[in-house]
Amino acid sequence: MAISNAMLGGLTRAQLLEMHYTMTLLRRFEEKSAEEYTRGKIGGFMHLYIGQEAVGVGCLAVLRKEDKVLSSYREHGHALAKGMAPNEVMAELFGKITGCSKGKGGSMHMWSNEIGMLGGNGIVAAQLPIAVGVALAAQYQGRDEVAMCFFGDGAVDEGAFHESLNLAALWKLPVIFVCENNQYSMGMAVEKAWAVDSLLPRAAAHNIPCEQVDGMDVIKVYEAAKRAAEHTRSGKGPVLLEIKTYRFRGHSMTDPTYYRTKEEAEEWRNTRDPIGIFEKYLLDAEMGAQADFDANDAKAIAIADEAAEFAENSAFPEPEELFADIMVDNSTALSYRYER
Amino acid sequence: MRTITFRDALREAIREEMRRDERVFIMGEDIVGYGGTYAVTKGLAEEFGEKRVRDTPLAEEVFTGAGIGAALNGLRPIVEIMTINFSLLASDQIINNAAKMRYMFGGQPSVPIVFRMTVGGGAQRGSQHSQMLESLYAHIPGLKVVLPATPYDAKGMLKSAIRDPNPVLFLEHELLYNVKGEVPEEGDEYTVPLDRGEIKREGKHITIISFSRMLHVSLQAAEDLAKEGIEAEVLDLRSVRPIDIDLILDSVKKTNRVVIAEEGWKYYGTGQGLAALIYEHGFDYLDAPIQHVHGADVPMPYSKPLERLAIPRKDDVIKAAQGIVPTALVRS
Repeated sequence: MAISNAMLGGLTRAQLLEMHYTMTLLRRFEEKSAEEYTRGKIGGFMHLYIGQEAVGVGCLAVLRKEDKVLSSYREHGHALAKGMAPNEVMAELFGKITGCSKGKGGSMHMWSNEIGMLGGNGIVAAQLPIAVGVALAAQYQGRDEVAMCFFGDGAVDEGAFHESLNLAALWKLPVIFVCENNQYSMGMAVEKAWAVDSLLPRAAAHNIPCEQVDGMDVIKVYEAAKRAAEHTRSGKGPVLLEIKTYRFRGHSMTDPTYYRTKEEAEEWRNTRDPIGIFEKYLLDAEMGAQADFDANDAKAIAIADEAAEFAENSAFPEPEELFADIMVDNSTALSYRYER
Repeated sequence: MRTITFRDALREAIREEMRRDERVFIMGEDIVGYGGTYAVTKGLAEEFGEKRVRDTPLAEEVFTGAGIGAALNGLRPIVEIMTINFSLLASDQIINNAAKMRYMFGGQPSVPIVFRMTVGGGAQRGSQHSQMLESLYAHIPGLKVVLPATPYDAKGMLKSAIRDPNPVLFLEHELLYNVKGEVPEEGDEYTVPLDRGEIKREGKHITIISFSRMLHVSLQAAEDLAKEGIEAEVLDLRSVRPIDIDLILDSVKKTNRVVIAEEGWKYYGTGQGLAALIYEHGFDYLDAPIQHVHGADVPMPYSKPLERLAIPRKDDVIKAAQGIVPTALVRS
């Protein structure tokens, strides 16, 4: 099938190859993270994004620097795609002082004021109300800024999802709600959790435009996100995107994935890999060559390795950090001398 | 100074801070047309418009979380959650986000927000609308939790809370709204700090530590105790997080005896926490065991006679004080 430039989102060769690089970086970075987790360098929970790269990269490609991103605990990819330095992300995973959150957040809590990455959240759907408020502040102060809020298919069953959609629609707030429907909330298959078979009726219930998107096709994601951003930037209020995707790994590093068959996961990996699909598009359209992909891959591997080395060589937080940054004014439970 | 109600003092604080700072806005249930369930916000929408005085749907989790998001992105929200009982629906946002974001994101964000809500019982509102629960939030690092008891403190502390760069829970006892007290003229600038208690009555025989509505009960008890020669010092805690431990210990050093009087439940609450702190840091100053006056350990009953039994009264405070002040001491 011949693919024209118009079918590649109207993006230039350089932009397309940049997207390819970012997707590859996310993949290689997470593979490296998994390796370091196995080596015991990373602790706690770690939720990998592998398989879902087209969603984060396609969506974030439409944002501007001043736009804000809020995410769930599966947010390494969003942080990287918004522009966070891989070294800072990896150092955070290692719990080092050079991490984006000084090693105090970990895998689920990445933040940067500079690039507008306003956190992963460890409580399912808790980032939606916050995104509504972030957008409210932008609207209130007359800033041309949108909040993009990522969450999984499990989050839409929480009350916070419905409360947030209603309020955002009521106040016409510039929020793009992005549901990454990876088809399992932990081990619960989406068809066992939802009484409906898509988010369209749920969006309609709150009077919010909604699109279903193939999340393994980065161009389709990019185009849908672009439409959503145009809609919300024009003052028409929020948009909901249901982006169907698949996580190639378990829910977290300790998930043996008993709830789905090996064959199912194999089939997605072999036939629906978002990077493979994108490479085929680029080759067909003659917008990229195997040599470009190989160069991107080599660069991504080098950056991931360098990030791991940086994290390894960074210091852990000093004991004084234990009591630092709880309150802006350093106040504690007791005023004055007994805890100072 | 003129005399105004606790309610009017709160409204003045909000109005003055909204005039002072464009970033300050208030949102909550029925605060525009209705003027707030306790009429605190009455008239504010007329002056500031519905951009800055916003009615929300009955959706505590989202408007609480949205307040946090707005605070993260440059505003200074006041969120009225009507009552602390309803804040339980939003407690995830308060405890898991507002209290933790600065720390878990390495000191980058700040969450300058005020959550206003009523607390307390005594108006026959039954089990689900009569709780104190201040200790639930005072347990959490990352929050400030204050409970003023007088109109002067209410205005001065609310202004401080709105200017504070941290999340502050501002708890207003339902039975205090009509209490009157002296407050400087509107526009005469003053604030009251969020981390200091105050001695509301000087005394030498015993320290009664209290806060919120129980301060008034304690002051009445002190009047009666004075008639029999017991000079009670009445300490208004004003804040339960942080706790002004220095003020407490200085008073205990003077009186050597303590009654803690609170409306909340006995176990694992503010009173027991205070007692533990006093034993930890001031054991040598004590001449008698700390006495604890508290609410009955039951869900609040509706029926008036039962409700009266569930909420501590003046006589309970008097008895507790009499029990640990020896007659010989009073005569001396």
